[in-house]
Amino acid sequence: MSDPILDGTSPGNAERVVVIRGGTVLDATGERRADVLVRGAVLEAVGTDLSVPQGADVLDAGDCVVAPGLVDLHTHLREPGHEEAETVETGTRAAALGGYTAVVAMPNTNPPLDSADAVRNVLELGRTATAEVAVAGAITVGRAGERLAPMAELAALGVRLFTDDGAGVQSAGLMRRALEYARGLDVTLAQHCEDGSLACDGAMHEGAWSSRLGIPGMPALAEEVMVARDIALARVTGARIHFLHLSTAASIELVRRAKAEGVAVTAEAAPHHFTLTDACTAGYDPVFKVNPPLRPDDDVEAVKLGLTDGTLDAIATDHAPHAPESKDLPFDQAPPGMLGLQTALALAITELRLPLAAILALLSWQPAAIAGLDGGASGPGGALGAAPGGPGGQGGPVAPGGAANLVVIDPKATWTVDPFALASRSRNTPYAGRTLSGKVRHTVFRGEPVVIDAEAQR
Amino acid sequence: MSPFPRHLLAIDDLGPDGIAEVLRVTDSFVEVAHRTNPKVPALRGRTVATLFFEDSTRTRVSFETAAKRLSADVLSFAAGSSSVKKGESLRDTVETIEAMGIDAVIVRHSSSGAPLQVARWVPDTAVVNAGDGWHEHPTQALLDLYTVRQSLLDRSDESTDDDGVLGFKGLQVVIVGDIRHSRVARSQVAAYAALGAEVTLVAPRTLLPPSLEGWPVASVSHDLDRQLPDADVVSLLRVQAERGSGDFVPSLREYTAGFGLTARRAAMLSPDSLILHPGPMVRGVEIASEVADLPAARITGQVSNGVAVRMAVLFLLLAQGPTEGSLHE
Repeated sequence: MSDPILDGTSPGNAERVVVIRGGTVLDATGERRADVLVRGAVLEAVGTDLSVPQGADVLDAGDCVVAPGLVDLHTHLREPGHEEAETVETGTRAAALGGYTAVVAMPNTNPPLDSADAVRNVLELGRTATAEVAVAGAITVGRAGERLAPMAELAALGVRLFTDDGAGVQSAGLMRRALEYARGLDVTLAQHCEDGSLACDGAMHEGAWSSRLGIPGMPALAEEVMVARDIALARVTGARIHFLHLSTAASIELVRRAKAEGVAVTAEAAPHHFTLTDACTAGYDPVFKVNPPLRPDDDVEAVKLGLTDGTLDAIATDHAPHAPESKDLPFDQAPPGMLGLQTALALAITELRLPLAAILALLSWQPAAIAGLDGGASGPGGALGAAPGGPGGQGGPVAPGGAANLVVIDPKATWTVDPFALASRSRNTPYAGRTLSGKVRHTVFRGEPVVIDAEAQR
Repeated sequence: MSPFPRHLLAIDDLGPDGIAEVLRVTDSFVEVAHRTNPKVPALRGRTVATLFFEDSTRTRVSFETAAKRLSADVLSFAAGSSSVKKGESLRDTVETIEAMGIDAVIVRHSSSGAPLQVARWVPDTAVVNAGDGWHEHPTQALLDLYTVRQSLLDRSDESTDDDGVLGFKGLQVVIVGDIRHSRVARSQVAAYAALGAEVTLVAPRTLLPPSLEGWPVASVSHDLDRQLPDADVVSLLRVQAERGSGDFVPSLREYTAGFGLTARRAAMLSPDSLILHPGPMVRGVEIASEVADLPAARITGQVSNGVAVRMAVLFLLLAQGPTEGSLHE
């Protein structure tokens, strides 16, 4: 038992102390052997052989990497409206188990997140969650693509990212206005690139497999024409645009050229687009149905290359839970989407030939910057100027005074994906039975060990 | 010979040997159809269910007649009058039917792959695909092969002992029409190719599948006139009115001008060639009315053979192989 008099704290404001011992700290600034001492929601000390204060919780990090918590730019928490598939509570538990300390909740809920009330509701639900819940607001009212949502009002609540995800903004004219308006607010628009007139009722990638299986196809072109259009719009408006879940070689090449030219674009890819191909749909199992659809080998290789050469800035899960009964439908009738939060890190470690530092850049500090979640708390960025334990403080660095959002990873540990062992309310992982390398051992969110030895603590 | 498959979901399940076996067993059932009592006890005590989520009276009645002539009990389940309308899922519906102790379920569904999903959910029940979305309609293709084979055998003077399938080698088959949206075309291509026929697809580009990679076709053409003189079999596909409304082709009139089997085009065919149509036929669009009535057109013949082909499929799936079941009273 700690003695409040001896260790200088009083019972009234006793702050939790956690020491992460014996690991290798890895963040954007580099790698070093160090223990980490967390007091309250703040990193108090980072150094070798730190002494453990009385009453501190000790987390063993032997053979492990201690890194800034992961940040998911693309999570469907389904609440409100589809609580049978996921809730803020279950989704953030899955996030914590996957090493995430922040997720950006997508606005395609019911009702959609296109009003201050709807955004406040989700932020409130996130207050007790085991990861930070940031909210992406809708670009248009009802995500209907017809008129702009009250972006300034939502930005005032802390919304930094806007998207109609699930659908792209079809009208070029409206998207131009949205970008112009967003520039004035200093927020980022994120596009789900899919031209409806080309995608039609496609349920998978249009190509050899769709032709053979007799499933309506969605051509790569449906994504690419919208990427090309939005790069042109970003160039003209000077606004920032982020491309969600890019999946084709030509899309990635367009982004590569736009970046070289200096257009303010960022882009993400989802784990399934660098691990699975359209051949997976040969058995008509809707667990492999996702939007954008799984693509052929050449596109998968292009996604990997894009993640390697910096064209793609982030790996984002597009965690899209669906209740089992909705995935027991015929392929063309089942909803698209896959679980992702608990498998993304391990898939990246297993499938990408990248050093861990590069993988963590794609999963932590780069997405934190895109979401505007870096800085904040009492971290060095301080952009949001929030108090310790408040929003932001994601993506590191792991340094004294920083926010205590950390993940402890055992990169060599292997495990086998069991859909029934996942924390999500849904089971729609396409990786059932797959053995992966890289395991989340502990997750510390705002100073609280929410995952210890791969077990959720609440 | 490899054993007959558990299910008939796609033509590739059968392979050349399986196709030949179906055709050979069909011969016996065509003979049965000519008896005063066209019924055999082969599947007595077995229960066969038709599960049609999409209207098709012709195909359903053909399968049900086939099952009854094999003395099976038949349970007819039409989606329109069932709990599907009340929101029951395909899986629940199928599992309920399986729980009734059904031996075979014949599935028609507007979604490609639905019969494969059914086969995964009820692995102990034989599943027959009676047409799924744009994917396959294997018994229709088997029926076409049977009709062609009959004609080849009628023509040949010598009796053959090769099940009559050698005649398909090098046979020039031209499939014309909306191949993109056709489950019949996918089954036909696989079936003809399995027996060594050379398949040419003829359609406007918009009615071809987006990719033909991996399709066992000899060629693709947009010029029907050039394909007709060398064709042994011309197989026409229905063009649905909605495809001709400007989305895929400008009009049905323009389709007929380019791809319809008009009297002028029929005259280009060699005297021995056959015209096939899986029905339902739209006279005046893909086939001129006077062409449909020519002796070369085997449209009605296909309907009567349909029952025998489906009897053969059910018999091979459910009897423990053709020698153990009995074809005779």
